[in-house]
Amino acid sequence: MAGSRMKLELSRVIQGRVRLGVLKGLGRTGQHSLEVPGCLLYTPFGTVPHLTQDTLHTLSKLPRVSQVTLSNIAEHQEVLEEFKDGFRKFAGLHDTVLYCSLHDPAAPCPTGYTTNKTVSVWGSGGRIELTVAKFMALQKSVQPDWYQSMADGETWQSNTSRKRVRKSVDRTLAHLDECLLAHQNSKELEGVEVFGVVEGGDILEERIRSARETAKRPVDGFCLDGLQTGSMDQALRIQLTSAVTKELPEDKPRLLQGVGRPDEVLDCVEAGVDLFESFFPFQVTERGCALSFSFDISPDPERAGSTPPTVLELNEEDTAGDMQQNGDLNLNDQTQMTCFEINLKDKRYQDDFRPLVDGCGCYCCRNHQRAYVHHLLVTNELLAGVLLMIHNTAHYHGFFVALREALANDKLDLLKRRVLRGEQTERKE
Amino acid sequence: MAATVECGSDSNAAVNNMSLKKALKAASPLTLRIVAECPVTKARACDLMLPHCTVSTPVFMPVGTQGTLKGITVDQLEGLGCQICLGNTYHLGMRPGSDLIERANGLHGFMNWKRNLLTDSGGFQMVSLVELSEVTEEGVKFKSPYDGKEILLSPEKSISIQNSLGSDIMMQLDDVVSSTVTGPRVEEAMHRSIRWLDRCIAANKNPDKQNLFAIIQGGLNADLRKACLDEMTKRDVPGFAIGGLSGGEEKDDFWRMVTLSTDHLPREKPRYLMGVGYAVDLVVCVALGCDMFDCVFPTRTARFGSALVPWGSLQVKHKQYAKDFQPIDPDCQCPTCKRHSRAYLHALFKSDTAAMHHITIHNIAYQLNLMRSVRQSIVEGRFPEFIRTFMKRMFPSRDQYPSWAVDALASINITLE
Ligand SMILES: [Zn+2]
Ligand SMILES: [Zn+2]
Ligand SMILES: [Zn+2]
Repeated sequence: MAGSRMKLELSRVIQGRVRLGVLKGLGRTGQHSLEVPGCLLYTPFGTVPHLTQDTLHTLSKLPRVSQVTLSNIAEHQEVLEEFKDGFRKFAGLHDTVLYCSLHDPAAPCPTGYTTNKTVSVWGSGGRIELTVAKFMALQKSVQPDWYQSMADGETWQSNTSRKRVRKSVDRTLAHLDECLLAHQNSKELEGVEVFGVVEGGDILEERIRSARETAKRPVDGFCLDGLQTGSMDQALRIQLTSAVTKELPEDKPRLLQGVGRPDEVLDCVEAGVDLFESFFPFQVTERGCALSFSFDISPDPERAGSTPPTVLELNEEDTAGDMQQNGDLNLNDQTQMTCFEINLKDKRYQDDFRPLVDGCGCYCCRNHQRAYVHHLLVTNELLAGVLLMIHNTAHYHGFFVALREALANDKLDLLKRRVLRGEQTERKE
Repeated sequence: MAATVECGSDSNAAVNNMSLKKALKAASPLTLRIVAECPVTKARACDLMLPHCTVSTPVFMPVGTQGTLKGITVDQLEGLGCQICLGNTYHLGMRPGSDLIERANGLHGFMNWKRNLLTDSGGFQMVSLVELSEVTEEGVKFKSPYDGKEILLSPEKSISIQNSLGSDIMMQLDDVVSSTVTGPRVEEAMHRSIRWLDRCIAANKNPDKQNLFAIIQGGLNADLRKACLDEMTKRDVPGFAIGGLSGGEEKDDFWRMVTLSTDHLPREKPRYLMGVGYAVDLVVCVALGCDMFDCVFPTRTARFGSALVPWGSLQVKHKQYAKDFQPIDPDCQCPTCKRHSRAYLHALFKSDTAAMHHITIHNIAYQLNLMRSVRQSIVEGRFPEFIRTFMKRMFPSRDQYPSWAVDALASINITLE
């Protein structure tokens, strides 16, 4: 877009697909950057769930980009219009880049409400139907630094017909053209970046068509939609993602929506994805679990304890036990535990005086023990969500730091083995 | 745990504890230094030196029932200047259990709180929460709501649990009767509370580290209160609580019992008025000579979106604040008011528990700031003016002042114009 400053500088491209670099020139004054492969901060309504700014800022090295969602914001349009200074200021945020997505990746989005001219978002007050005009009016009141254009992503159910998939690609392109037109005519949105949305369900040709057509438009980057966890198996996701990224220009970032599991993230990075949303640690928190998977690939074992983000000694015994409750089998149910976490509600933690993860430098692990978090969970205390969210956020973003380090040092395979170790242990059992 | 229970029920051990206590009297883990006394009212400002830090009184103590303060981290609580907070013996004794907490280095270790803790005896919760409770001379008998097992909370057991929790201030087990009950049961409860105080004193394993407070009972009967005061003040306990009030009695009775109690409590020991936390009650009862207060109200009400302000309260969830871009209280310096508007909090309440945390922080800040201002005014000798200004701000007009507060203040020479 004219006046936009977002710029992707790739320092390495491995096997023509895996990309390491920095997304520069973010924010109104262009002073912010985000390393890729990277992750946005998940803040559906300007707040990391459960966390006040004080508790959030006990964490260092957080991404400078916060993701807010129209599904949470839309019902407050009138308030924002009266406020006039945009959502960032409204939410009391100061120094963060604001990315506005359409849906909340952690919230259900019922199907059957999409028309040729509208898509629907679901907030606390129910469904809100958006036309492009309303969508753009909302963007003007939110004043993000960057937003995804309106899209029909209703293809994720496995029985979606070819015809419906084609329609979703066509509609999404039409919405994009309309958004771009309105965008170019809007003084308020000058300098704001737009990501086009690639649809196409599980049909390869439609994916490619959507990617090619979207890439022809003056967009600053791409959202890959309809590939979220639960919509298809990982092999198909990787096949489609690889095919799509091959069609997209090298110099623009690709954000994959709705995928957050560490194993899936690693595969998708290999398929050419740059950016992810961090709703996964929130889901883990909501089921009373703590991320515990290992991503420490440093050769020096002593480093694990001294550097906060590169955590942990995975307790083999723990992992083995947790596996029995693992929910990998049911792809559609995202409330199920994965093998990357431990369930703090489990009775075995009631007198476990270790931190959630040994060597983790987060506020929770520096100050509290598993037994305490277990107690907070069984007594339904609000602090459980706070402490778990702190740890899970720290752990997850630490994983992305480790991922970039691994790419920089040609150690992606080692990292993959380390991350997947828990899963492999399980399969053997 | 087993060992402590034995200790409490074994009379030889109890006697040994008594003599031990006498020997260690000089090393009592509490010192009260009176910094200033109001020349007009009975108010005083003190430094209460406790094992974990010095507490500036008058003080409001937030309640962290289950070893946590409603979504607030201990660092946040410390950041607000809180020097002492409460834990509930009944809840913690049930879950996670006192032996587990003892293994975690007491409640301080378990919740990682570096400052002072006060624990109640568990008796009040028992009587108010558990339906099947029966009070005998032995103690309070009840069925566990978790496994249905019959449990006896005796004075010895209560102290043994509180010893495991390691609180800086422990409360005696008292025989709690609703403040609206009258007749012989009140007298029985008063006398029993005195006997239980002696058993609690004898059962305290850690008199050098943990302070045991007596609780003045006697219902709303002045003679019984006086009798209880006379008896209990003969005991060498580090502090006194005024109990059996704030349970739905008439405010006219309430303040008369408070002022009667402070009239007879020793000047050199702290006075804790249990269960009081509304701003007006706090200010009036400081004037009547109380030093310490606790109440779940500020944190409980926060979760329903009610923010405490100098002019009463503000219901953040009400529609009128949807487009109100001011902070909750423009004069408040708390982290919530410095960053967020009423409108944002109003909207956030629809989607995230963090909204509750924001109000909880503000409400604790409000209570602690109120007590700091009270103390400051006592130190500077202008507490009477403080009261007048406070009342003017809190109520839109003179005729809305609650009559009990007017009467209570008049009794200590404060006339409100
Ligand atoms: Zn929360
Ligand atoms: Zn941690
Ligand atoms: Zn405030």
